[in-house]
Amino acid sequence: MNDMTNPATTAAAAPYKMRAGEVSVFYGPKQALNAVSIDIGREDVTAFIGPSGCGKSTFLRCLNRMNDTIPGARVEGRIELDGEDIYASGMDVVQLRARVGMVFQKPNPFPKSIYENIAYGPRIHGLARTKAEMDVIVERSLRRAGLWDEVKDRLADSGTALSGGQQQRLCIARAIAVDPEVILMDEPCSALDPIATAKIEELIDELRGRYAIVIVTHNMQQAARVSQKTAFFHLGTLVEYGDTSDIFTNPRETRTKDYITGRYG
Amino acid sequence: MTSAAATPPAGPTRRPTDWASAEMRARIRRRYRSERLFRLVGLAALVLAASFLAFLLFTIGRNGLTGFERTEVKVTVAFDPAVLNLRPEQLTGPGAEAALGAADFQTVLANGVTNSLGPDGEGMISEGAWLTLRDMLAKRPDLLGMQADVWVPATSVVDQLAKGRLDRAGRTVSADLLLRYDSLERRKLLRTGWNTAFLSVADSTDPELAGVWGALKGSLLTLAVTLSICFPVGVLAAIYLEEYAPRNRWTDIIEVSINNLAAVPSIIFGLLGLAVFLNFMNLPRSAPIVGGLTLALMTMPVIVIAGRVAIKAVPPSIRDGALAVGASPVQVVFHHVLPLALPGILTGTIIGMSRALGETAPLLLIGMRAFVADVPAGVTQPATVLPVQIYLWSDEVARGFVEKTSAAIIVLLMVLLLMNGLAIYLRNKFERRW
Ligand SMILES: Nc1ncnc2c1ncn2[C@@H]1O[C@H](COP(=O)(O)OP(=O)(O)O)[C@@H](O)[C@H]1O
Ligand SMILES: [Mg+2]
Repeated sequence: MNDMTNPATTAAAAPYKMRAGEVSVFYGPKQALNAVSIDIGREDVTAFIGPSGCGKSTFLRCLNRMNDTIPGARVEGRIELDGEDIYASGMDVVQLRARVGMVFQKPNPFPKSIYENIAYGPRIHGLARTKAEMDVIVERSLRRAGLWDEVKDRLADSGTALSGGQQQRLCIARAIAVDPEVILMDEPCSALDPIATAKIEELIDELRGRYAIVIVTHNMQQAARVSQKTAFFHLGTLVEYGDTSDIFTNPRETRTKDYITGRYG
Repeated sequence: MTSAAATPPAGPTRRPTDWASAEMRARIRRRYRSERLFRLVGLAALVLAASFLAFLLFTIGRNGLTGFERTEVKVTVAFDPAVLNLRPEQLTGPGAEAALGAADFQTVLANGVTNSLGPDGEGMISEGAWLTLRDMLAKRPDLLGMQADVWVPATSVVDQLAKGRLDRAGRTVSADLLLRYDSLERRKLLRTGWNTAFLSVADSTDPELAGVWGALKGSLLTLAVTLSICFPVGVLAAIYLEEYAPRNRWTDIIEVSINNLAAVPSIIFGLLGLAVFLNFMNLPRSAPIVGGLTLALMTMPVIVIAGRVAIKAVPPSIRDGALAVGASPVQVVFHHVLPLALPGILTGTIIGMSRALGETAPLLLIGMRAFVADVPAGVTQPATVLPVQIYLWSDEVARGFVEKTSAAIIVLLMVLLLMNGLAIYLRNKFERRW
């Protein structure tokens, strides 16, 4: 294959990993998201903030087409991953979800061993040919998720026996294991204590640059600490999107200012 | 009222709760009383249920345990080739069975009885006793031309006398017979022991020769047919309905139909089986294949319902987690949902199979109530099943069938116990898979 004409190679030069244009989402007759356009930077951590029910999760789930599993959900508009329309008929959803990983609000490890939790994704995608290769993937993923030292002696134990924070890092490791390009995190710390939260934030910082990361959070300080870009959603619309430093110090919209100063939300 | 305006919210003042008041104490007493009462009522219910069960088991045990024993008479028999009409070389090779079948064992036995028991032997030996001689010679061809002591089954009346189940003063036993019986007893020519035949042969018109193995094997064959059809179909239907089917009017109708089907009386499934499998598809009558198919119709809704409940109980977050690492819907089902739902599905399946094992009515309609004297060799052979066998025996007039009926019930309960034990074992095994 000629590298010069490979769309992936040419796209790699573009600054944006994902681009959403005029995305609207309906749950049955109810519109949950109204014409949202956002570009997700290749090496950025992008934070989505906004009051509950404003459509942050809905939008996040559009990015890896998890909304497909909700009966009655309908997505309009265009979302691209490296210039490719992910809602095009030729797009394979299974591969898309391997490329765009997701971490959920409540840690949801599989009720299997820690090893199996990590190995499952690579196995179904055929990423390891031998047990030795799989071992390497498992160790690397757990190391990147900062969990290796805590679990290396108990890989055969159930993933559900870990603490909440460890479970969430296990879920991050599980997402990393299939070598995604984008990681979506939907309030990954909302069920965790402050110490576990700090660990996840540290982890996000370490993963930055290697993956495009999108994180939904209710915690303003967290958004300010971990992200480079911030998007503020309100009532299904994108109110403001820009550099995190600008949003927090010098918001253009009063609604943004009211929200980040705690006037409502 | 200026001071009142300054105090926070106006309104009816609230007295502090007096936890020690008489009213409170009465309330606490009432609460304790109702809790004691509830515990007592619960315990009473448990005791009642347990005593019913104990009564059932006791009666069945008292009636049935002797059904596993039979009384035999010792006869000295001469395997005379001339009387038998057999030559030694006929007893080996492929023709042996036919030669044994044609041989005259009745006369040999009658001679033996006359010679060794004398007049005492009259009316003591079961009509089918010569079969014992045939089986013996088949196993030991060298006995031809020799004399041997053989324990052959006694008649049912002797059997019942030996077990003390007949009133010696009653009208069923003649005084002559009693005299002969006591004489044999004195001569130590009677013994009562474990009846191997009961668990290895099929039905017979004579209680002392009847066995339960034919019905047991018929039940097992029928259940095998039922399981092999209704488990895969039921589980796949449950998966489809839970994981794939769109929620619309059609699936609502299907759901209601399945729930209703589970409540339809079993005899109706019997009629359906009669119409479809026998009259329309012309499958063999009285055969386990038809019984199994009919019971599969009956059990399927149970498995579908149990399967759906078990699948619904798998947390959606597990599905999300698997989808998010790029599992396809089929992989989500077979790698995650099904293994987690399996304990529940298995429990439901075994409950359904236990019900099928005890089912009688639909099988009567498709002809499995016939008298079958041979152990069925396959699913298309005529057969009966345990509950039907119990029903048939309980209807027999001969005294000896009373204990056989209870013995068959014990066998049925054992099989049920085994199946439920298996269910518990499987459930625990799959729940502790990691
Ligand atoms: N599965 C669903 N079916 C119907 N409505 C939904 C569903 N999920 C979310 N919604 C609605 O969409 C809106 C946005 O929800 P969500 O994206 O979860 O908000 P957020 O994550 O910002 O709190 C809410 O009004 C919510 O009620
Ligand atoms: Mg949300």
